Amino acid sequence: MKQKLKQILTVFITFFKIGAFTFGGGYAMIPLIQKEVVEKKKWITDEDILEIVAIAESTPGPIAINAATFVGFRICGFFGAMFATLGVVLPSFVIILCISFVLEEFQHIKAVQYAFNGIRAGVLGLLIKALWTMYKKCPKNLTAYIVIAASFIFSAFLKVDVLIIIIGCALFGLISSVIISRREKNDIS
Amino acid sequence: MIYLELFLTFLKIGAFTFGGGYAMLPLIQEDVVAHGWMELSQMVDFIAVSESTPGPFAVNIATYVGSEVGGIFGAVCATLGVVLPSFVIILIVAGCYEKFKQSSIVRGCMYGLKPAVVGLIGSAIVSVVATVFIPSGFSLAIFKDIATYVSLVIFAIAVVLSLKKVHPIIIICLSALLGILTGYVL
Repeated sequence: MKQKLKQILTVFITFFKIGAFTFGGGYAMIPLIQKEVVEKKKWITDEDILEIVAIAESTPGPIAINAATFVGFRICGFFGAMFATLGVVLPSFVIILCISFVLEEFQHIKAVQYAFNGIRAGVLGLLIKALWTMYKKCPKNLTAYIVIAASFIFSAFLKVDVLIIIIGCALFGLISSVIISRREKNDIS
Repeated sequence: MIYLELFLTFLKIGAFTFGGGYAMLPLIQEDVVAHGWMELSQMVDFIAVSESTPGPFAVNIATYVGSEVGGIFGAVCATLGVVLPSFVIILIVAGCYEKFKQSSIVRGCMYGLKPAVVGLIGSAIVSVVATVFIPSGFSLAIFKDIATYVSLVIFAIAVVLSLKKVHPIIIICLSALLGILTGYVL
C-alpha cells in the first residue's frame, strides 16, 4: 500500500515536471517523456512510446493528455492515470491562470500593442508550418485530396458546423477504406 | 449556468479534436468565438502566449477562456472539460489496446480524419489571415497602408524560420521585436 502511494506520488511529480518544461505541448513532450519515463525511471520501453504516439494520434484530445493518461495507466492503473494527467495539466493551469489576470492590463500599453501586431503575423507563419506538418502526415491519394478540399470548402466558405464536417469525414474515410479493402479482396480471389 | 456551458463547450472541443494542438483551432473558433468569449484576434494573440508558456495548447486555452469568462472556477470547469474525453477514452483503449490497434473501424475513420484536419486548419488559417491583414474589413486602403507590408514581411520571415525548425518562442520574440520597432519608427 505504502509502496503504491509512493509510486503514484513519483508518477505525479514526474509528469508535473514534464508539464512544466514542455513548451508548445504535444509532440514537444514526447522526447521529455522518453527521457524521464523510459531512460530514468524505466517504467516503459521505447516501443511503448511509439505505441503511445500512434494511439494519441488516433484518439481525440490533446496528445500530452493522451500520453500522460496512457503512461500513468501502464505504470499503476487508474490512479496512476489520474495523477499523471493531473501532474501534466497543473503547471499550465497555474501559469495561465496567473497570466489571465494580468494579460488584459498589459494590452493597454502601446509597446505591447505594437508587439502583438508583429506577433499575429508571426503566429500566422507558425500555423502555416502546422498545416504543412499535418499535410505531411496524411495519406497522399485522391480520396485524401477530396477530403482536404471538401472539409476546407465546407468550413471556410459554406460555414458548416465543424462537428458535422469531422463526423462526415470520419464516416467517409470508413466507407472508402471498406470499399478499398473489398476491392483488394476481390482482386486476390 | 456559465460553468456548465464552459464545461460542455470544452468537453465537445476535447472530444472532437484529432491530432492535438492546432487541430483544435477550427472548433475553438466556432464555439468560443461564437459564444463571444473571445475575439478572433485574441485567439491569435493567445496562440503566441501558449507557445511561450509550458503545457499543451488545449489546456492553456481552456484555462484562459474559463478564467476570463468565469474566474478560477470557470477555469477549472473548462480545463476539466477539455481533459476528460481523452482521459476516459485512453483508459478504455489502454485496457484493450491490441484490439484497438488492429481495428479496421478506427483505421478507416483515421483515413478520413487526417485529411479533414488539414482542410479544417486551412480554413482556420483563412480567418486568421483576415484578422492579421485586414483587421477592419477589406478595402483597397490596405494596399496603401504600410502596416500591411510590415505584417507580410514578418509573416514571410516566420514561415521561413519555422520551416527551418527554429523554435517557436524565438520566432514569437522576433515578431514582437519587429512589431515594436516598426510601430515606433513608422
